[in-house]
Parts: sequence; structure tokens; C-alpha cells
Amino acid sequence: MIRKAGGKSTISGDPEVIAAAEKLILPGVGHFGAGMDNIRSKGFEDLLNDKVLKQGVPVLGICLGMQLMARHSEEGDARGLGWFDADVVHFDTARMDGLKVPHMGWNDVKLAHPHALFPDVHAEERFYFVHSYHIRCDRPQDIQAEVHYGYDFTCAVSRDNIIGVQFHPEKSHRFGMEVMERFISWKP
Amino acid sequence: MRRIRVIPVLGIDRGKLVKTIAFKNPNYIGDPLNAIKIFNDKEVDELVIADIRASKNGTEPDYSLIGDMAGECFMPLAYGGGIRTADQAKRIFDLGVEKVVIGSAFLQQPELIGQLAARYGAQSVVVCIDVDKGLLGKWKVRSVSGSQKHDATPEEMARRAAEAGAGEIVIHAIHKDGSMSGYDLPLIKSVSAAVGIPVVPLGGARGTADFLEAVQAGASAVAASSTFVYNRNDIRSILINYPSQKTLSAELFSKV
Repeated sequence: MIRKAGGKSTISGDPEVIAAAEKLILPGVGHFGAGMDNIRSKGFEDLLNDKVLKQGVPVLGICLGMQLMARHSEEGDARGLGWFDADVVHFDTARMDGLKVPHMGWNDVKLAHPHALFPDVHAEERFYFVHSYHIRCDRPQDIQAEVHYGYDFTCAVSRDNIIGVQFHPEKSHRFGMEVMERFISWKP
Repeated sequence: MRRIRVIPVLGIDRGKLVKTIAFKNPNYIGDPLNAIKIFNDKEVDELVIADIRASKNGTEPDYSLIGDMAGECFMPLAYGGGIRTADQAKRIFDLGVEKVVIGSAFLQQPELIGQLAARYGAQSVVVCIDVDKGLLGKWKVRSVSGSQKHDATPEEMARRAAEAGAGEIVIHAIHKDGSMSGYDLPLIKSVSAAVGIPVVPLGGARGTADFLEAVQAGASAVAASSTFVYNRNDIRSILINYPSQKTLSAELFSKV
């Protein structure tokens, strides 16, 4: 997908490769607690904090990769990277009028404000979602986009060089391809 | 407007795209990679690839073909057929497939579902329950391409799948396969009501009117095969097709 969008990428668990990266994508499908355990056991937490918070390297979190940027998740009652003042919570099924969880499918997202990756707030774009938990931000200015499934919830967060999306741009046809292209050329 | 996933299911047999009727008489449709390219252009919601013979023949999934298909797919891809172990599922996830569909192996070793869900998340694990309608009109659960019978009801099997950790259930009506005579709506209704996870019906759909009825019966998404590979539901005329977003919005999303 990155190659088709015109970039070069490598999938790596090697600290040296990560340390040398100009941009980072935190992907992820899976369990929050297991994901953080994995990051900590490999000693990546300090490395990621250094790259993203100190060096200001652009980072895109996708799905679980976005959720890991929060300070805590109910999934595994685990501490996250804490880049956003936000928590990850399970869908509140009492408010969903019988809609089923996991939330799986395509949704139109509502952008809170323009961003380099989402320049047109009125674009008719749809993205693919697969998740049972969602992020909840303390600070309204961190909310990049919202989506409706049962109720409105935050589906993208951004601040400075950090952006995270709950949906899967890599599986969202041309809508996602455009997001990836913009990430490749993004200079925050 | 609530978007409903409309999912083409492509049957493959020894590397070729085929379509059966009641699990029999596979009709050659074409090349799976070519079909995926067409579905990319049509911006379909999600694809399911099902190897219709791997479980019955006890053969390994065709990893090379699955990898090629995943690489072409700019939409979520699920693969089913012949997966019996966590290691096989891992190989398939590593090839870039989002979901594995477990059918026969769920009935033989339900613990596999929990193992996969713990490792990859429930959303990555789909259980497919094949159901046939007996002579007295009772639903019978079957497996291994319809060749094995099971005592539990479809609802009971669905509950077991949900408890085992599956993220969604495909309820596949063998008696409707290839018939293009509409979904088995009572089956959809009964199974959807039995579980809290999404239920996706497969078998019998002719188009958006059937999709709408399935959602009204409780389906969270809809799957179909024949109607997406035959031109105007005529089995003499092969044409990979998919409704436009405009049609789906007018005839499905705006009505649910």
C-alpha cells in the first residue's frame, strides 16, 4: 500500500531500523494489553517516546496503533504510551440500540478541522472500521474526527507531529490511499 | 444513514474461481486475481475467498495464491478453507489477510477459535456455519463441504461460536446456495437473535431487495456469491458485478 502510494516502507522490530526512520506507522490489530506488553518487553517505549516526542518524527497510528497513544485502555486494563490525554473504552452497548460489537464496516467520518492528512472537511470519504473499543479524549482540540455507530465517538486524534486513526486507511480503497499519500508527503 | 457491508464471496477450487449450486456442480467463472482487480475498481466493502474443497480433501490452504490475492486487495479480505491449526492461520494473517473463516475445524476443535481470538482479536475470527434444510423442513448443521451432519441446532452452534470467541458468524444456507431465490429469512432471524455478535447470511441473494430483507431480519452485514458473478442472475452469462454506492444508498442504506 505504501509502495503504491509512492513511499518506501519496511516492517521492523529492529530498534536500529526504528531509530533511523524518518516517519513511523504504528499499525495494529489485536489486544491492547498484549500490544503494550510487547512494546515494553522489547524496550520500544523509550525509543518511541524519543522519536516522537523529542525528535518530532511524524507518526501515524492505525487502529490499535492509535489506541496505544492513549494513557490507558479498558482492554487488558493496561497503561498506554500516554501521548494523548485520553482513555480507550469499550463500546457502551447500552447506548447502541441493539447494534452489534465489534463495529465492523464502512462509515463516513466527520472531520473536526482540516489537517494535512484530511485537508477537505467536506470530502465525502468513507473508511473501514474493525474494533470493539474506542478512544475518548479529555481535550477537545485533540479530536480530529468523529464517526457515528450507535453514538458519536472520536475516530481520529491529532496533535503536532502525531496523528492516529481508528479506521484502516490501508483497507479503504482510494480514500485510504490518499491519506497514505498525504502522510508520505506530510511535513509537520 | 447506516452503511451495511455487502460482501462478495468467491469460491475457489484448485486456483480457479468457481460457483456451485447446493455445494455441487462447480461452474468455472474465471481467474480469482482478475476478479479481485474488478472488485477493487468497484470499491467493494470486503471480500471473502473460500476454498471449497480444501477441508474435504484435507489439503493445505494455497498460500501462494492467498498471498497474491491479499496483495491485490485494497479492501478487507477474509479467507476460509482448510484451516485446522493456529499455525496455518498465522501464515494466512502474515500474508496480509484480515480475517480467517473457520468452518469444519470449529466443529471438530472449537478451542481453535479461542486461541485465534486471544492472539489476533475476535474481529479477525469468523465462524462459518453451514446449514441444510432436511426433508421435514428442519435445519441441520453440516460441515466438511456438507458431508458431515451434526446434532446441534444452528442457533446452538452460533451461541457456541460466540462463546468460543468468534467476532462474527457467517450463516451459510446450503439449500439456498446458487439458487438465487432469496435468503432463508427465518434462519437469519433465529440465528441473529441467538447471539450478540454480527451475523452475516450467505446463500440465495439476488440483489439489494434481498439484502434489505436480511438486515430487517437481523443480519449485520450481507454476503452473496452468484449474484456478483452472473449477469442479471443468469447463470449462462458470467459477469463480475457489484452495485454502485448510489444504488446501495438508495436501495439499502437509506432504508435500514
